[in-house]
Amino acid sequence: MVTRTAPSRLTARERARRTARGGAPRSVPAPLLAPALIAVAFLVLPLAALLIRAPWGHLGAALSGSDATQALVLSLWTSTITTGISVLIGVPLAWVLARTSFPGQRLLRALVTLPLVLPPVVGGVALLFAFSRVGMVGRYLDSWFGLTIPFTPLAVIMAQTFVAMPFLIITVEGALRSADQGFEEAAATLGASRMTVFRRVTVPLIAPSLGAGAVLCWARALGEFGATITFAGSFPGQTETMPIAVYYALQTDPDAAIALSLVLLLVSVVVLVSLRDRWLRGGAVS
Amino acid sequence: MTDAGSGGLVVDAEVSRGGFTLAVSLTAAAGQVVGVLGPNGAGKSTLLSAVAGLIPITAGRITLAGQVMDDAAAGTFVEASRRPVGFVFQDYRLFPHLTVAENVAFSPRARGLGRQAARSAASHWLDRLGLTALADRKPGLLSGGQAQRVALARALAGQPALLLLDEPLSALDAGARLDVQAELRRHLADFAGPCLLVTHDPIEALMLADQLIVLETGRIVQEGSPAQIARQPATAYVAKLVGLNLYVGQADGSQVKLAGGGAFVTADQGQLGDVLVALRPSAILISNQQPQPSSARNTWPAKITGLTLLADRVRLELEGQPSALVDVTPAAVAELSLSPGGQVWLTAKATEIEVYPRSSSQPA
Repeated sequence: MVTRTAPSRLTARERARRTARGGAPRSVPAPLLAPALIAVAFLVLPLAALLIRAPWGHLGAALSGSDATQALVLSLWTSTITTGISVLIGVPLAWVLARTSFPGQRLLRALVTLPLVLPPVVGGVALLFAFSRVGMVGRYLDSWFGLTIPFTPLAVIMAQTFVAMPFLIITVEGALRSADQGFEEAAATLGASRMTVFRRVTVPLIAPSLGAGAVLCWARALGEFGATITFAGSFPGQTETMPIAVYYALQTDPDAAIALSLVLLLVSVVVLVSLRDRWLRGGAVS
Repeated sequence: MTDAGSGGLVVDAEVSRGGFTLAVSLTAAAGQVVGVLGPNGAGKSTLLSAVAGLIPITAGRITLAGQVMDDAAAGTFVEASRRPVGFVFQDYRLFPHLTVAENVAFSPRARGLGRQAARSAASHWLDRLGLTALADRKPGLLSGGQAQRVALARALAGQPALLLLDEPLSALDAGARLDVQAELRRHLADFAGPCLLVTHDPIEALMLADQLIVLETGRIVQEGSPAQIARQPATAYVAKLVGLNLYVGQADGSQVKLAGGGAFVTADQGQLGDVLVALRPSAILISNQQPQPSSARNTWPAKITGLTLLADRVRLELEGQPSALVDVTPAAVAELSLSPGGQVWLTAKATEIEVYPRSSSQPA
């Protein structure tokens, strides 16, 4: 068989790049390029539309004309408390999942991560059946303490925690699994109790992943809609978070909806950039 | 089992993990450095882990200064964090998020001292190991030798009754190793308790240990003073480590019949029965013609099967009765035109041949 050696053009720059780094040509084959471009367009176009359609001239008026400030403040503080609670109870759970073994552990891990794939509205319904005034737990909270959870800011926090905490748990559990346990052994030989090892060695060593997990958790809580509206409703100032405010504003005042969306978009971009620069680049967990 | 005296370590234990069994009986007296020498996979690190309490033993017991640390039959086990043990790991395991001073203060703090007291305890050890200038550095910025000293300071700062060193010099480059070795020797001499030092480097073992234990596939195959082990290796592994030819044989007064073929006339007339014969590669002479036979010399023909250039000499591998390693100068290789496949004569003086009894438990 005769092989045709058909020469192709190689620019000086491309030649230098390939000489220095080696590897395949950088040009993309057409069957891969077209779908890739469609995917990019699909992801970028809606955001571009939002930016183009934004009432840049009277953004301030559009924002103040709604319950935006109230919703933003509510979203920010509930998401922050959600993250705090998730760290306090999620990190110990991540440790238990990563460092111990007991019967049913796999099932427990599956249950813990279920909210990641569960439609949030289902989570909201489940919370309602557990904590409403006639719910399994809620009825006792009501009759013993006179505590009613649904449709309060506490319900917002619970809905967000239900949906967002698994993000923190799986991030931290992964970090604990891949962390070098030699340091923990060394700490033990130096006389540190298991709790001291956890506090002074384990947690500081996984701090980058813990930070990344907390940011992911916070961002997920900030965007929570389905579980929140189901379990907490949408009372302005009480339970109407940013995503819910956007949804309602769209029906009455599209300019306000866009302005609110831009605020959420800005927050997301800030989160992404902070994750990139602080935690994700170069795999800070070594 | 011998008594280790007050403050000593007594190990008489078995550890079984996944098909591998370590069975060791050893004692280390206070102030004594016991070197544990052996190839990879011999169970050296398992031994240290068991003594430190990082893994429980499966049978037997470990006592330190008369106190039971682990007793499989009685079900007694002291957790690693409660054992008065300082462990210097092979990879040091300095906490990367803490400064040198915080690393050294870790153990005093974990063992219950207040922040201030722990800091002053740490500064004492930093000073003692010449690390004061590095106190505020993170471990990532230390050289290998510095990290080794910090690891030692951190282990000593907990005021352990027993010191465990796992390949303390293996992470260092050759240049730093000699300095650190001399320094480590000084610090070990200052340490009052027993010390177990694991290594696979015979020089390190000879330099640092008072007593040596050779571990192979989970068992002790030889123990004794470093000088004795270097002169009279009991196994092929040890012989190779110390660079000797080793043969198994039967002695009948003036002659040893070697198990692998051949025989040696020896100067030591007193040996009878199963013996080991050690012969230095540089004590064997090589020539192209058959030398004059003599009662004070052994001569035998051999074929060259390999040549390796060592630092200042050439090591020849020779096949014959018996086979041998022989060291010659590069000049001799040229003069005698030695090359693989060549036939030569070997000569070894009877006085150069070390004959010693082979204990029945020892594999060769």
